[in-house]
Amino acid sequence: MIDPRLVLVLSAVLFALGVAGVLTRRGAISILMCVELMLNAGNLAFIAFARLANGPQAQIYVFFVMTLAAAEAAAGLAIVIALFRLRGTTDVDEINLLKW
Amino acid sequence: MEQIAFFVLALLVVASALSVITNRNPVTCAVSLAFNLVAIAGLYMLLDAQFLGLMQVIVYAGAIMVLILFVIMLLNLREEEQPHPAGRVQRVIAPVASLAFSIVIGRAVFASAPSSFPDKAEGFGNAAALGNELFTKFYYPFEAISLLLIVAMVGAVLLAKRKVE
Repeated sequence: MIDPRLVLVLSAVLFALGVAGVLTRRGAISILMCVELMLNAGNLAFIAFARLANGPQAQIYVFFVMTLAAAEAAAGLAIVIALFRLRGTTDVDEINLLKW
Repeated sequence: MEQIAFFVLALLVVASALSVITNRNPVTCAVSLAFNLVAIAGLYMLLDAQFLGLMQVIVYAGAIMVLILFVIMLLNLREEEQPHPAGRVQRVIAPVASLAFSIVIGRAVFASAPSSFPDKAEGFGNAAALGNELFTKFYYPFEAISLLLIVAMVGAVLLAKRKVE
């Protein structure tokens, strides 16, 4: 039998890796991929809790998070394309017009 | 048996996540991420959530990864040219903060969470149980999320299309 605590710790580690990625990567698309990692870590914790509570509610939340991730990927990538047309790069260090 | 499968999958998940955050080539990153998502789908199956495991493979590893790879190829992105300039704060903060976060959460989980799963309820995780819940109790949230998808789709088309002169 699997230990639920190990699943939750794995989810925390995955989330931490995603945060580290967002902090260190510079390509906008790489950052989006690290955000996907973090969303998945949340989903994994939701599924562990769903199994602990033995009910469908937490699984519905996972369903919603997946939909949200799809919407985020579509809108985020469209913004990256628009930025690339405008500035010729996706490096977030170069995109600093709103930074004083 | 289940434990061995869990540890193998956990190892795959962590290794591919590390590959996602350290690789400089975006295409390698994307393929590692796809691998990661499939391994997580395996974990869902192991936790008896079959329907969501399948959804994970179809929606995440299928649709979203294709979208990301398509944009990478479309923009013809190369590797990030040079590593971070020396002395950037993030390079130090990121590993320390993520390690600290993992330790704090790990200690909290081991102090409070139960050590074994209850017996599986009848019909847990199959499409019938989820669909029943989704179209009765969660009907309005379901409609709201579909509206969100339409808005995201229209927004993506508007943002990415060329300006008409």
